[in-house]
Amino acid sequence: MSFNIENYFSDLSTGNTILYYKGNVDSDVINHVLDTVEDKMVEVKEQSKLRKKVYNVLVESLQNLYHHVDRVPDDFEDQTSVKFGLLVVKKVNDGYRIITGNFVHVENIERLEEKIKRINRSSHEEIKELYKFILNHQRISAKGGGGLGLVDIARKTGNKLEYTFKTYNSHYSFFYLDILVNE
Amino acid sequence: MEPIIIEGTPKTPTVKFDSTEGVFEIKGRSIPENSVEFYKPLVDWLDTYKESPLTKTVVNIRLEYFNTSSSKCILDVFKKLEAIHKAKNEVEVNWYYEEDDEDMLEAGEDYESIIRVPFKMIEIVE
Repeated sequence: MSFNIENYFSDLSTGNTILYYKGNVDSDVINHVLDTVEDKMVEVKEQSKLRKKVYNVLVESLQNLYHHVDRVPDDFEDQTSVKFGLLVVKKVNDGYRIITGNFVHVENIERLEEKIKRINRSSHEEIKELYKFILNHQRISAKGGGGLGLVDIARKTGNKLEYTFKTYNSHYSFFYLDILVNE
Repeated sequence: MEPIIIEGTPKTPTVKFDSTEGVFEIKGRSIPENSVEFYKPLVDWLDTYKESPLTKTVVNIRLEYFNTSSSKCILDVFKKLEAIHKAKNEVEVNWYYEEDDEDMLEAGEDYESIIRVPFKMIEIVE
């Protein structure tokens, strides 16, 4: 089969990769990733404002994977990861790029895409209001997510959420989310 | 009632709720995957406290990071404080943020606009 989740990244080879992870996204992995990236940012004396934004976005991206990923397709190479996700953190000119990837079942694609489109066509003020509305009106889901992750990412970065769905088979697509956090 | 004293971890904050002191504190990082598990005891404690609160309750929130899942739980904490305030007791929230952290200031302002309790925004200058 020609599908390769890494192909996407060779198209995106600008900037230095400071972290690459592929596999099960559990609590320990999240801790490890957060520590590693935070240490690297401190090491290069990144401004605390940017450092905090990157850290926040990283927490939300990882916990989005943790709470929301669909299980992997039956014929996928890695069957042991219950919550399979991909994460790449790159240093770019004026900030960092956080790219995540995960399988999405076809029946969940439309809802996810609608959510992103709604965020992307909103102004900063509208995103702020949306955040407050969800905060005040929506309960924490059974999966443990608050439904605020993507809204928070868009609010904190001030950038559009770039994304693609690559078809894996008739039941699954692989979803890439590409977030720029800059100064 | 028994105070709640919780030591902070890299993912959960330090908490001091002591009904004999009237100054409560949540401080540090709040980024657990399961925030409900962490915050439920605090919300329950406040539920009991609100039956016979001190005439003045001050709550200091001094968070470096919090995730969106904690943000809902923090709102639940504030809703309990709002109930105490509504029952004609003095309640004050001090929301601390570091000087360059506009996101944390905005987060405090979000709560201030939702919850009917006096908030003070306090900038921490290093």
